[in-house]
Amino acid sequence: MDNQKSDVLHGSLGLMVLRTLDTLGPQHGWGIARRIEQISGDALALNQGTLYPSLLRLEQMGWVASKWGTSDNNRRAKFYSITRAGKKQLLAEAKNWERISDILGRFLKPSKESA
Amino acid sequence: MRAIRVFLSRLFGLFRTERLERDMDEEFDFHLQNEVAENLRGGMSSDEALAVARRRFGGVAQVKEAYREAHSLPFFQVLWQDLRFGFRMLRRNPGFSVLAILCLTIGIGATTAVFSWIEGVLLRPFPGVAHQERMMAVAGTYRGVAGAPGDSTDLSWPDFQDFQKNCKLIDAFIVDRITGVTLAIGDRAERARGSVVSANYFDALGVRPILGRGFEPAENFGRNAHPVTVISYQMWKERFHSDPAIIGRAQLLNGMPHTVIGVAPEGFYGTFVGWAMQFWVPVSMQERFSAGEYKLEDRGAPWIEGFVRLKPGVTPQQAQAEMSAVARRLENDYPATNRGRGVRLFPLWKTPFNNAGTLFPMLSVALAVVCFVLLIACANVGNLLLVKAFGRRHEMTVRLAVGAGRGRLLKQLLTEGLILSTIAAACGLLVANWCRNLLPLLLPSRGGVTMRLPGEIDWRVLVLSTGVCLISAVFFGLVPAVQSSKIDLVSALKAESGGVVGGSRRAVLRGGLIVVQVSLSFVLLVGAGLLLKSLGAIQNTSPGFTTHGVLTTWVDLTAAGYDTERARYFQDALTDRLQSLGGVQSVAFARVTPFGYIGYSSAPIAVDGYVTAPDEDATVDYNEVGPGYFATMGIPLVEGREFRRADNETAPLVAVVNEVMAAKYWRGRSPVGSRLQVKGRWMQVVGTAKVSKYRNLAEARKPFFYVAMRQNVNGLSLNIRTSLGPDAATKALVREIHALDANLAPGEVITMQEQVDRTTAVQRVAVTMLGVFGGLALLLAAIGLYGVMSYTVSQRSRELGLRMALGASTSNLLGLVLSYGLALTAGGVMLGAAAALSLTRLMGNLLYNVSPRDPLAFGSAFVVMAIAALAACFLPAYRAARTDPVRALRQ
Repeated sequence: MDNQKSDVLHGSLGLMVLRTLDTLGPQHGWGIARRIEQISGDALALNQGTLYPSLLRLEQMGWVASKWGTSDNNRRAKFYSITRAGKKQLLAEAKNWERISDILGRFLKPSKESA
Repeated sequence: MRAIRVFLSRLFGLFRTERLERDMDEEFDFHLQNEVAENLRGGMSSDEALAVARRRFGGVAQVKEAYREAHSLPFFQVLWQDLRFGFRMLRRNPGFSVLAILCLTIGIGATTAVFSWIEGVLLRPFPGVAHQERMMAVAGTYRGVAGAPGDSTDLSWPDFQDFQKNCKLIDAFIVDRITGVTLAIGDRAERARGSVVSANYFDALGVRPILGRGFEPAENFGRNAHPVTVISYQMWKERFHSDPAIIGRAQLLNGMPHTVIGVAPEGFYGTFVGWAMQFWVPVSMQERFSAGEYKLEDRGAPWIEGFVRLKPGVTPQQAQAEMSAVARRLENDYPATNRGRGVRLFPLWKTPFNNAGTLFPMLSVALAVVCFVLLIACANVGNLLLVKAFGRRHEMTVRLAVGAGRGRLLKQLLTEGLILSTIAAACGLLVANWCRNLLPLLLPSRGGVTMRLPGEIDWRVLVLSTGVCLISAVFFGLVPAVQSSKIDLVSALKAESGGVVGGSRRAVLRGGLIVVQVSLSFVLLVGAGLLLKSLGAIQNTSPGFTTHGVLTTWVDLTAAGYDTERARYFQDALTDRLQSLGGVQSVAFARVTPFGYIGYSSAPIAVDGYVTAPDEDATVDYNEVGPGYFATMGIPLVEGREFRRADNETAPLVAVVNEVMAAKYWRGRSPVGSRLQVKGRWMQVVGTAKVSKYRNLAEARKPFFYVAMRQNVNGLSLNIRTSLGPDAATKALVREIHALDANLAPGEVITMQEQVDRTTAVQRVAVTMLGVFGGLALLLAAIGLYGVMSYTVSQRSRELGLRMALGASTSNLLGLVLSYGLALTAGGVMLGAAAALSLTRLMGNLLYNVSPRDPLAFGSAFVVMAIAALAACFLPAYRAARTDPVRALRQ
């Protein structure tokens, strides 16, 4: 398996998950998937399944907690919520992400002009 | 921190797999149903809704696998899988598994047992002693000769102190001279073993008495001034019933009350390989424990055996160089006593004055032998695995076809090998544990006391066995892997139905393993043959005295407090009483019984008309013997007479020389009637005796002479020529001794044959060991050969059937198969013979009068091997010859 590639993907996917849980509160997996798709529109061709290993990893890191509960349609479902450590991580990661995209943006602009 | 948290949660994940599966199913199911419901609302048909939901989710199976992998530790999980699968495979072939594990258990068990003996007897022989890795044995040399057990000399106390003063590289000098005392007086004297030790003994060894104290420096000095003793834990427990008030009590040792000042800790047995010590006395008491010979102030009186402990970082060579320099200085300063005397350090496992030196060559051979057995066992299991791997060819091919990586297959095969060897290693450790105390059982006991030669299974031995186990596991894993990695998918799947199979590569591998097994067993057989022949040669060697009908024992009069005068009177009286008994032909006392532990005296001699060359060693060994000694021992006299009772203190001094000495110093003239000077005293030679063996059967003919015990040091060894057996003789002896002194008792009564046999014990143990393991190896090799042959025959049944159909006769087929088996054997024998020619040289010092290239040993090994090979090949060949061509071709 190509670890590097999936790690990058998991990294950004994890960030999206944390952000979603931060704004919407406790959600089940399907809800998170729908929300990510809604926000990204068609831009992100994501296999919904990949969300679950990513959630598991976030839980193992202690950034997300899970609990079995009852869904709107009265079925047992696993609900995920962001922990305090998760919120801290989200803040740090978001800042980091902005910094990186800012730097990259600056790099990419002049090269366009010179072309 | 986070990493640890993740690791732990994954580790726990390993054990919650069932709940994981349930939860995962439920969660994914929920997800998919929501998605389907959404799609239905969007207007899709139900089939379409499900398909789209699945597609958007991604492969459910793949996601589950990724989820599982993230949930726990994949490495462990795979290992766990392999382990479970491996165990299942073993359970499915119980016959194979039991055979393989048995082979390996023998191999690993035997190796571990020998490792444990080497550890416990040679490398770290002294439990409870600190820094044994820096300890070395120290012995004297005379004219550069030392090394062979029995050939080393001792050191004198003045020399020893000079070494101690002048050697800067050495931490501690330890005197440790074994001695014995008679403790209990009953029907038979009970001997206690002890040591005369330097005062620093306990401190230097790092042994702290559990009661009382060790010795103090002052206790080294003053003639018989410090009658104190430290007793062993065993002695304290058994003889004194663990009396807590033992300190300060007096115990009679060699007729003198000694104050018990300390009790050594449990598990400390002293520093003598082979025997557990029961008491220790300081150097100042030397005279009491050497039959009244005071040697502490005599530089020319060597008696010390001992050890040194090197300072950290000092090499044995440096220490040896420093000590030799001091020895040379002593030679210069004291030429009268020290000319030609040197000093030599030995590693503990070559200690010349205890049993380490004797056991070292035997244990080296044992180690080589068990390594061979281990290799043979491995080759056998390797062959078994090859057969099994062939049966699993289909499984492997399918696995490869559905996408298993070759690395993954290899991992599984290695795991299976590991399971086998781990089980075998565990069983082997049990076996080794049982064998731990086997060594003393192979060696004779003395006076009912068995030797203390325990194997030690400590972490070093465990590490070695684990190493052996791992290496064999890798070997087993790799043998079948070599061939499965060569599987060509298409042809393998096509050729599934059988037919012409078994690529030549496999046949070569299997044949190669057989050749190795045969050659290793051949080497062992040659070794066993050589040792057997050597033992025969030793036992056929006449010692030069009668071994049957002569008993030997001792009556320790010094221990009972007799002075020389009283002792002589007692010995005469006892001799008279015994000689008047029916069945007793003659009786004689002597200082040394041949082949015993007590060393002979040796002295520089001079003979009229014989000029000693400047570099010639003019010292000769001698024995102090009583009247009737030659008649009792059955040593013939060439001329003259033997000692009489009249050769006493007041009579002229007399001596008897042996024929070698007569030839050397009198050059053909008769020595009888001429003079011999011993230690400055002139003696008259009254007889010439036939040469005999003095210390062991293997020794060369050498000059030796006898002096009259009456005119020299008194001895306590008693020899009786009688038709009575040892038991009857003991009864009579006890009766007669009690009639003279009710407080005395004889020591252990044994025949001279027994006395001689004790010196050949090591050779006999070596023969037993090689015989047992050689037989085992032969059996393993024969099983291996049989396996290969039957397998070959079953694989080639179609070919054999065809040959038969084309007109081959039964004997043709028989010959075909037999010749294949015998070709393998011949290859093995040739390889083995080549190996044996170079390896048996290493057994040199175990062999007596047998060349390491003895043709008889090689020839008989060949015959035995050939018979075993024929037996192993015959059944498969017979089966081949009875192939039914019709059935074989239809198959």
